[in-house]
Amino acid sequence: MAARLSAKETKHTKKPQWIAHSIAILFSILCIIPFLIVISSSLTNEFALNEHGYQLWPTFFDTTAYQYIFRNPRTIVNSYGVTILVTVATTVLGVLFMAMIAYPLSRRNCKFRRFLSFYIFFTMLFSGGLVPGYILTTQYLHLKDNILVMIVPSLVNAFHVIMIRTFFQRLPDSLFESAKIDGASEFRIFFSIAMPLSVPVLASVAFFTAMGKWSDWYTAMLYINKEELVPLQYLLYRIQNNLQVLLSAMTNVTGITINPRDLPGNNLIMAMAVVATGPMLFVFPFFQKYFVQGLTMGAVKG
Amino acid sequence: MTEPKRKNSPLGKRNRENNRKGRTGPTAKMTDNIQFLLLAMPAIVLIFVFCYLPMGGVVLAFKNFNVKQGVFGSPWVGFKNFEFFFTSSDAWRVLRNTVGLNILFIFGKLVCSVAFAVLMFGIRRKGTLKFYQTVTIIPSFLSWVVIGFMAYSLLEPTRGVVNRLIQAFGGDPVQWYAVPAYWPIILLLVVLWQGVGSGSIFYFASLMGIDRDYFEAAQLDGATRWQQTRYITLPFLVPLITIMTTLDIGKIIRSDFGLFYNVTRNVGALYPSTDVIDTYIYRALMKVGDIGMSSAVGLFQSVVGFVLILVTNLIVRKIEPDNALF
Repeated sequence: MAARLSAKETKHTKKPQWIAHSIAILFSILCIIPFLIVISSSLTNEFALNEHGYQLWPTFFDTTAYQYIFRNPRTIVNSYGVTILVTVATTVLGVLFMAMIAYPLSRRNCKFRRFLSFYIFFTMLFSGGLVPGYILTTQYLHLKDNILVMIVPSLVNAFHVIMIRTFFQRLPDSLFESAKIDGASEFRIFFSIAMPLSVPVLASVAFFTAMGKWSDWYTAMLYINKEELVPLQYLLYRIQNNLQVLLSAMTNVTGITINPRDLPGNNLIMAMAVVATGPMLFVFPFFQKYFVQGLTMGAVKG
Repeated sequence: MTEPKRKNSPLGKRNRENNRKGRTGPTAKMTDNIQFLLLAMPAIVLIFVFCYLPMGGVVLAFKNFNVKQGVFGSPWVGFKNFEFFFTSSDAWRVLRNTVGLNILFIFGKLVCSVAFAVLMFGIRRKGTLKFYQTVTIIPSFLSWVVIGFMAYSLLEPTRGVVNRLIQAFGGDPVQWYAVPAYWPIILLLVVLWQGVGSGSIFYFASLMGIDRDYFEAAQLDGATRWQQTRYITLPFLVPLITIMTTLDIGKIIRSDFGLFYNVTRNVGALYPSTDVIDTYIYRALMKVGDIGMSSAVGLFQSVVGFVLILVTNLIVRKIEPDNALF
């Protein structure tokens, strides 16, 4: 009986495993292919692109595009600086502030818990929209062309606050009770018990915030005109439209006359995409181990 | 509280003494609440300034705004701004595109994310599983600008991969950026490519909470793999599916601006099937400077979204109160 059962079981599990693996592999390949195309077309030149089209592997290998970028790296280094500053500041302050408001929300002895919940939750249901926000930021807060516009408005995200709150709620009650009995203040409980125990959810939220900020170009498109405040992704966006302007700027600055045949085109755009995206992909695996745990415990329920 | 545990307390004897003497009762409760308030304060202020103040700005929808007189000094014009939008020939187009494409996206993403999560849940090898999850989640962390480049490298008429493939098989190249009819499908594929990996992580995380005993019991009773999925796994996901879908329905009249602006390269020829409310408002605001009309449309979006989420939640609560959002 037992032997028959186990035979049956393997029969049941083997086949779907095989199907699951092939679907997952197919999807994974589809996810990687566009990256390969971008990388390969950044490593070739405009002529080869015209000849062979975009390819998975460059037929003609050429690093001119990267030489262009790194010959006069001032623009891209500056944009890197802006993006890193914005990402780090938003992530650190954002996670701190969100955890700080999530904590009272999770504690039953907080008097204004219900009001606070509503106060946060309502922002998920209703918003003033693009235009009032735009007018407020530009006319009243005067944040146009100010680096703060890329940091301050996006510090608190209601969805993330609820995730952190749910995680706090699932920490064992006895921890908080015993700390209270030992005379710990709420500040102390928050900083020395709740925060250290919530690394998975805090790491997940930090990661989502950082990724969101790293790939944000929209805020800059709305509010940033100053050259020295342009973040990476907005730089990318502008290059796509002003390739010619950029090329002439780069050639002039370096003072080297370049055969127009060798002028980079779309390969330069792709190389910029690689340079702008690459670093984030290396950071990713370090955070990934927290993901599932952080999300399971913080699973949203209003 | 047991005695030995107390002895191990890192907070020391003095604190315990304090606690016995004066740290209970109304004063202590006050202190607690003041501390709670202090903790919450930065976020309260930020939310007030960046979420609630703009809500006051919805009066702009009923005004003819000019910078000199400011938001509150500008003259009222009643529903003129709304009239201007809804009587224009664009209104129907952008509304249809927004809602139609969103329904397509919500449905497609839901089905694919849940299916992928269930598939991943069935995979036993931890390392392989992690690899799949890592690779498939990466697209969701790319900016729309980069995704726009990627789409372009596939769809560019003469050099794009897709047309080269079509030609290799003897077909005629397609002018992708000139034919609106293809774009609902192209955009759906982009959305799925970008969102299914990260979307399925939420469902997968939820599945980790299922008690494995259910499956063992079902296997003993001879349930097939499909039956286990159908009667254990999927019902377990219903609450999360309901909540996610309720939130999505609330956003059915909004669109991801980056997707529609970058992936379509903002090509005018594609507007018939890709121009949505958000791109329309953006153009009205930045290119034409029509503040009144764009805030009217924005208010319309907010109100419709708000009503939809309330109604959906009400319906969910009628059917299964536990799955309701609030």
